Amino acid sequence: MALVTISSHTRINADLYELTFTAPMDLQTTRYEPGQFLHIRVTDSFDFLLRRPLSLCKVDLLHNRLTVVYRVQGAGTKRLSTKQVGDALDVLGPLGRGYQIHKEDHASLLIGGGVGVPPLVELARQLHELGQMVHAVVGFQSSQQAILLSDLAQYGSVTVLTDDGSIGKKGIVTDVLRTEFCNGFDRYYACGPTPMLKAVQQVLRTADLPGYLSLEERMGCGIGICVGCVHPIMRDGHVANMKTCKEGPVFAAEEVVFS
Amino acid sequence: MKSYEAIHQVDLTVPFLSLSLKNPVMPASGCFAFGREISAFYDLNRLGAIVVKATTLDERQGNASPRLAETPAGMLNSIGLQNPGVECVIREDLPYLAIYEQLPVIVNVAGTAIEDYVEVVKRLSQVQSIAALELNISCPNVKCGGIQFGTDPEMAAEMVRAIKAVANIPVIVKLSPNVTNIVEMALACETAGADALSLINTLIGMQIDVERKRPLLANGVGGLSGPAVKPVAVRMVYEVSSAVHIPIIGIGGVMTGVDVVEFLMAGASAVQVGTANFVDPYACVRIIEELGVWCDEHGVQSVTELIGAAKPKIGV
Repeated sequence: MALVTISSHTRINADLYELTFTAPMDLQTTRYEPGQFLHIRVTDSFDFLLRRPLSLCKVDLLHNRLTVVYRVQGAGTKRLSTKQVGDALDVLGPLGRGYQIHKEDHASLLIGGGVGVPPLVELARQLHELGQMVHAVVGFQSSQQAILLSDLAQYGSVTVLTDDGSIGKKGIVTDVLRTEFCNGFDRYYACGPTPMLKAVQQVLRTADLPGYLSLEERMGCGIGICVGCVHPIMRDGHVANMKTCKEGPVFAAEEVVFS
Repeated sequence: MKSYEAIHQVDLTVPFLSLSLKNPVMPASGCFAFGREISAFYDLNRLGAIVVKATTLDERQGNASPRLAETPAGMLNSIGLQNPGVECVIREDLPYLAIYEQLPVIVNVAGTAIEDYVEVVKRLSQVQSIAALELNISCPNVKCGGIQFGTDPEMAAEMVRAIKAVANIPVIVKLSPNVTNIVEMALACETAGADALSLINTLIGMQIDVERKRPLLANGVGGLSGPAVKPVAVRMVYEVSSAVHIPIIGIGGVMTGVDVVEFLMAGASAVQVGTANFVDPYACVRIIEELGVWCDEHGVQSVTELIGAAKPKIGV
């Protein structure tokens, strides 16, 4: 846990903000994984007590800074959006288990929906650095919610879909996940709303493509002590409620049980 | 990493049951798991004691998600006593805590029927490293999860007698605030043989997801905790400590060292810290440090001077 300084905070689309701050640790010497999250207090007063888990989106090794991207969804994130450059930010993390990178892979498929897209940016950077072919398929409600497209485009090709067709193709991410398309990849990495993850898991199980899902549950402590953020996970033939903050948020796709 | 190393002059030790606690601050059950996670942040020996997560006879998976909701200056939870069961706790969690030689371990016991509680207590009685038991007769989040014992004085007394008959270590009874008369509950437990009381557990609450037109928590209701409940807890500690002769642990919204002072002045001998651990992993050691600083600034030599200090003085 550390009080760090905000170095930039900008509105990047309708209700979406990009927040950059000094990393709470030395990025050159500390291990972190794409898909991990930062647990951030929106105020130091008691009115909004709990931290907000925000996925690690971008890493600036040169300046030792981290970037998260979030949507103003309620009064707490509204409060966060009022923070200014130079303000202190109470940050815990990076926390949790992120995406496992498979160095032997040649081509990776990244699938994101809405505010599930941010962790895919650092993941794409790392996969690209390893020389892998990266293709991101990302879906949004409309152009008003589309984010990070040029960031993803630095590391590979990007297919954009929107519910209303205002940018990219009209449709949802599973529309493009046909078996012939998926055959070109070794693995997939997904992050997005639960209905999307459930549909992606189903489609890619049929296509026989292994992958990872990053789950989102309402989180409390972020370190595994409150046991609030559980999701049913099948492991060793037995389903158990596992903590998405500690054992996740990323799980192997075949382990995740959806109701 | 922050250290919050002790720099104060005051003597923070408090006698509690047969123990001498090095300070009056301990994490509350269900707010610290079994200690492993927080041990990455600081040395658990610095705590006055530790109260581990509610332990039941068999493994429990708890309630469906969502289990948490933030509320003004607080939160609702409906975990539903998820825990690995007493055998796993004895095999894996208690040996881990035994390495902390200066840390009294209090095990919170929960169940459905008296027989479950008795069986868990019998098995825990075999474990040398436990300092005391805390009887959870106040969990609001499971059907028949103990709260029926916590809202009826006769049932509470029956439970306490049954546990005292098999326990070889002190028994603390954790009381629910969801009652008409908490003093009546406290007296029933004291008469039945309780060695100490801890109060309060969470207040039953609900939040509605107005977009979806339904309760936000999958379980419907949950337990309210955090600074929002502190005045209720302080009032109950004040009333109960005025009526019983056994020691009391105050619980409810402790976020700072001054909150500890408030509970002690209301009549508690120690406090438990719950929700604050979720906000700040260092909460307990920070609070201990703040308590020391407050005492120094106020000329307090021993923290025991504060216990009941807000009560009217007899004969004055």
